[in-house]
Amino acid sequence: MDAQHLYPYFLRLADTSMTMSQRLSEWCGHGPYLEEDVALTNVALDTMGHANLFYQLAVEVADDDVTVDDLAFLRDAHDYRNPLLTELPRGDFAYTMMKQYFVDVYALLLYRALTESCYQPLSDVAKKALIEVQYHHERSHEWLKRLCMSTEEAHQKMQKALDDLWFYTPELFETDAGIQALHEQGTAPDMSVIQSEWSSMVETHLAQCQLILPETGWVATGGLQGEHSEHLGYMLAEMQFLQRAYPGCEW
Amino acid sequence: MVMTTTAAQIEGWLEAVKDPEIPVISIKELGILQSVDVDGDVVTVNIIPTYSGCPAMYAIKEDITAALAARQITNPNIKIHNAPAWTTDMISESGREKMHAYGIAPPVARGHAVACPLCHSKNTEVISQFGSTACKALYRCLDCAEPFDHFKCHAPIL
Ligand SMILES: [Zn+2]
Repeated sequence: MDAQHLYPYFLRLADTSMTMSQRLSEWCGHGPYLEEDVALTNVALDTMGHANLFYQLAVEVADDDVTVDDLAFLRDAHDYRNPLLTELPRGDFAYTMMKQYFVDVYALLLYRALTESCYQPLSDVAKKALIEVQYHHERSHEWLKRLCMSTEEAHQKMQKALDDLWFYTPELFETDAGIQALHEQGTAPDMSVIQSEWSSMVETHLAQCQLILPETGWVATGGLQGEHSEHLGYMLAEMQFLQRAYPGCEW
Repeated sequence: MVMTTTAAQIEGWLEAVKDPEIPVISIKELGILQSVDVDGDVVTVNIIPTYSGCPAMYAIKEDITAALAARQITNPNIKIHNAPAWTTDMISESGREKMHAYGIAPPVARGHAVACPLCHSKNTEVISQFGSTACKALYRCLDCAEPFDHFKCHAPIL
C-alpha cells in the first residue's frame, strides 16, 4: 500500500471532520433551546471522534514521528485539507443545519463506500463512523423538513442558507492524482459516483422542502491544495491557542 | 504476578469495572470489554469504544488498571480497537435488565416503541434525539408523565 497517497487522504478526511466539529462546538451554550444545544454538541463530539480516528490512520502511515494532537493542533491553515464549506462561520441555525445536512449526506455515502475499502484499518473506521453518521443524517434531514415547512420566515432563512452554501458543495467531491490512485487500488471510492448519488438524494429532499436551487454562484475550490478562506485561520487561532501557548499541555 | 492466572479469571475480576456513565453496568455487560489474553507475564485487555468520541474511554482505562492492580497485576496492556464496531446488540441481557432497573429504557429495534421504565407503558414520545450523553435520547411517558433517558439503538441501518 502506498503511504504517499494515504497520508494526505487521511488528512482530507480528518480535517473535514475536525473543522465540522469545531464549528458545531461553537454552539455550546448558544443553541436555540436546551435540548438542541445538547444535540449540536453531541454531534460535535461524535464528529471529533471521527477526526480522531482518521488522524490515527494518518499517524500510522506518517513518515515522521507525529501524534494525533500534533496533526490537529500544530499544523497551519495551509496544511489543512478540508473543503472550504466546513470552515465557513457557523452562521445562524438555518445555515448550520443546511451545511450539516450537506455534509451528513456526503459522509453517509462516502463512509458507506469506504466500508468496502481494501485498506482494512480504513474500512474498520468507516464501519464505526457510519453508524453515527446515519443518526446525524436522520436528524438534519428531519430538521430541514421542519424548518422549511414551518413559518414563512424560517423558509426564507433556509432558502438564503441554500443560496449561500450551494456552490460550496461540489468541492466535497474533488479529487487529485493521489485520490485517483487510491481509487484505482480499491482503497477509496469513485468520487464521481458518490457525487451523483449525493445530488440525487439532496436535490429530491430540497424539492420536497420547496427550496429552489440557485442557478449561478462562485464555485468554491482550493481546500485539497491547502488554499483556504480567511475563516480557517481565525478558527485555528482559537482552536490551537492552548497547544501553541502551552506546548504538550494535557488535561 | 501469579503465573496460574487465567484469562477467564481476569475477565471475572473486571466485572468490577463499571461504565462511568451508567455505574450499575459493567464494561463486560456493555460489550466494551471484548477479551483478555494472558501470555506469560503479559496481560492484554482488549476493549472497544462505544461511540467514536466517547470521552469515558480514558476513565475506563484507568479503572481497568486500578482493578488489576488490586489483584497484583501491574502494567496491563490495554488495547483500544476500532473493530468490531460497537453496537447495542453487544449489551448482555443482564446489562439490559440493570439498565431498566436504573431508570434508563434499554435499546429497542428501530421503529419499535420505547417502554416507560416506570409504568411500562409504550405510549411515549421523544423529547430530544440526544439526552445527557451521546448514547441516550430523552423521552417522556404520555401515561405517567415521567421524563426518562432511553439508551438509543446503535447499529448499522441495512
Ligand atoms: Zn410511564
